[in-house]
Amino acid sequence: MSQKNPAADRAPSYLADEHGLRTWLLTTDHKRIAILYLIGVTAFFFLGSLAAALVRIELVTPDGDLLSPDGYNRTFTLHGVVMVWFFLIPSIPAVFGNFLIPIMIGAKDMAFPKLNLFSWYLLVGGGLFTLYSLLAGGVDTGWTFYTPLSTMFSNGHVVAVILGVFIVGFSSILTGLNIIVTIHTLRAPGMTWFRMPLFCWSLYATSVILVLATPVLAITLLLVAAEYLFGIGVFDPSLGGDPLLFQHLFWFYSHPAVYIMILPAMGVMSELITAAAHKRIFGYSFVAYSSLAIAVIGFMVWGHHMFVAGQSMYASMVFSLLSFLVAIPSAIKVYNWTATLYKSNLTIDAHFLYALTFIGLFVIGGITGLFLALLAADVHVHDTYFVVAHFHYIMVGAAVAGFFGALHFWWPKITGRMYSQLWGKIAAVMIFCGFNLTFFPQFLLGYLGMPRRYHSYPEDFQFLHVLSSAGAGVLAVGYIMPFCYLLWSLRYGPLADDDPWDAAGLEWRTSSPPPKHNFLKTPIVDFEAYDYPPEATHGRS
Amino acid sequence: MADRDGYLAEPYQTATQQREASFLGMWLFLATEIMMFGALFLVIYYYRLQHPAAVSEAVHHLHSILAGFNSALLLSGSLCMSLMVQASRLGNYRRVQQFLLLSAFFGLAFLAVKFFEYGWEYHEGLLPGIGPESPLKDPAARLFMNIYFFATALHAVHLTIAVVIVLGMVGRIHFAHMKLPERAITLEMVGLYWHMVDVIWIFLYPSLYLVGRAA
Repeated sequence: MSQKNPAADRAPSYLADEHGLRTWLLTTDHKRIAILYLIGVTAFFFLGSLAAALVRIELVTPDGDLLSPDGYNRTFTLHGVVMVWFFLIPSIPAVFGNFLIPIMIGAKDMAFPKLNLFSWYLLVGGGLFTLYSLLAGGVDTGWTFYTPLSTMFSNGHVVAVILGVFIVGFSSILTGLNIIVTIHTLRAPGMTWFRMPLFCWSLYATSVILVLATPVLAITLLLVAAEYLFGIGVFDPSLGGDPLLFQHLFWFYSHPAVYIMILPAMGVMSELITAAAHKRIFGYSFVAYSSLAIAVIGFMVWGHHMFVAGQSMYASMVFSLLSFLVAIPSAIKVYNWTATLYKSNLTIDAHFLYALTFIGLFVIGGITGLFLALLAADVHVHDTYFVVAHFHYIMVGAAVAGFFGALHFWWPKITGRMYSQLWGKIAAVMIFCGFNLTFFPQFLLGYLGMPRRYHSYPEDFQFLHVLSSAGAGVLAVGYIMPFCYLLWSLRYGPLADDDPWDAAGLEWRTSSPPPKHNFLKTPIVDFEAYDYPPEATHGRS
Repeated sequence: MADRDGYLAEPYQTATQQREASFLGMWLFLATEIMMFGALFLVIYYYRLQHPAAVSEAVHHLHSILAGFNSALLLSGSLCMSLMVQASRLGNYRRVQQFLLLSAFFGLAFLAVKFFEYGWEYHEGLLPGIGPESPLKDPAARLFMNIYFFATALHAVHLTIAVVIVLGMVGRIHFAHMKLPERAITLEMVGLYWHMVDVIWIFLYPSLYLVGRAA
């Protein structure tokens, strides 16, 4: 494979291959679809952030002065629905999974290219649907659509939003299905399962969850819609229905959904850490299997959302124990990444700072998750800002750091341009600081008894709320900065080498950006994953 | 073989690879359908356990003989579907077309019977929200009846999609001259979907109509 050659003897890159909007909107090239997804989820990310900003501005003062109580409910619902289903779930799998998996395993494309494009249109269609209904008046149920609030008492556009989420669910299912089939059938000659980058393993585990859990959400939402429209009573106690059944069905999807958000980011970490350390990962097979373990155990812990909802005490005990078990594969990953860094020839680039951010915030988020898995402690902090802080540490602190880390790491490969390392590092540090300033005070607030989803609060809490809102301001600047310098790099950034980070892996052996079918000829894989030289002499000086 | 290679779609290198991918993709899709209806079965059996007496009252209002006849129609459709897949592997266009049309006929017959069944249930006041007053005393019996409507309607939607796909295949073979046996795999996928819709009914029928009838 030619490296660092002049462009003369190369096939045109996937970006230059064809021109015009039509060739983008009708493309079946997984790399172009990934770009479409990137544009889509970025738009949703900014929309969700806007709602979050409104929430944080409202909470600066103890009184509800900016938004009405009902308006506040609708704002945080918009934030939750958009961030969960339209940003976090598709973010890494649909953008980086789409772009990288075929290249990483040496394939020409995803297994079902047309289905791939179709799933993007489902995301956009479902998104516009939800957006319309949210803007036409919104929903006040929170992203969880708990019954009987959503079915009997809500005066928002419940059915429309549910339909939007239902549609985007099929987008997730199809993406997951495509990833599984691609990994099973399209690996290049010599690319065995245990030669795959760990990113592929974690996306595989994610896809299993996407395929098996999302249909349960679909039927649950259909039941809620039928209940709302026709009063079929399935969650209505006056007909003998059981509102708790909704929570069981909903969390059977929505807890695994949390792993849909974090597992891909963990896969990104394995790539970022090894590339920065220029070293094979410590304990490859443990990290690979821990992804599958998280996916499997993740299906059996949903009851920990219902400790105070009146489920059987014995069920709660089992769910508590199983929830603790998730800590084991998660810890395996964290320890193995750390062990990989030990005595390595480290290069500190912007994407590595995101990787460190991930590890730090994920550990805090994970350990506070253990507090919540503990039956007695959960009674105290249930439905408080402690929970809000916990899941934001995982879903924003860790998962979004993974997304940004991936964006910085593979940006040269995707666009063929380099961005400013200095600005990249400044943004990473700002995101880390802003994030902690925003969410650490929320642990304290929650422990002191501040319940979630309230738009006014006692004056004692104001100091911590102001800290949190100030942090959100820093965080916002940190998020906007990459948007600016990455866009700037598209035009003015220096051209990227094929392998700007001295990283191993098939994606770095093709040109930046890759040609239409990824490789000029199908690669034969005769090397292991993370094929770095044994002695750490290879790093950039 | 050269002819067969002509049908290789973009990312695939060999026909075997493409065949494997098609099957795996289809089975995964069927798995999502099973998970979806699986949750519905959970709901059905949960309420059966919660309200056995009320469910028994509701079950006696269902037309189990008619639904049994309907099951026979659906199974006949399935038989035709299996024969169609066999014929497509042999490249027998005429038989393929005949069996496709027969399957579609049985599917439509099922839907027609179901339509009349809903009509009777409407006149008996069993539909939620509309029609005459419900003869069911226990609210939980009405709940079970509503779940019955939800589940069978969702199944009917799936069957409608299956019939449309089958008729689409008839058109594709007739007008677009789909090549057999080279493209037999497409018909096999259609067959898999049809059988899945069928199998779901095989479980829905006893779960809704039969269990608790003797009590």
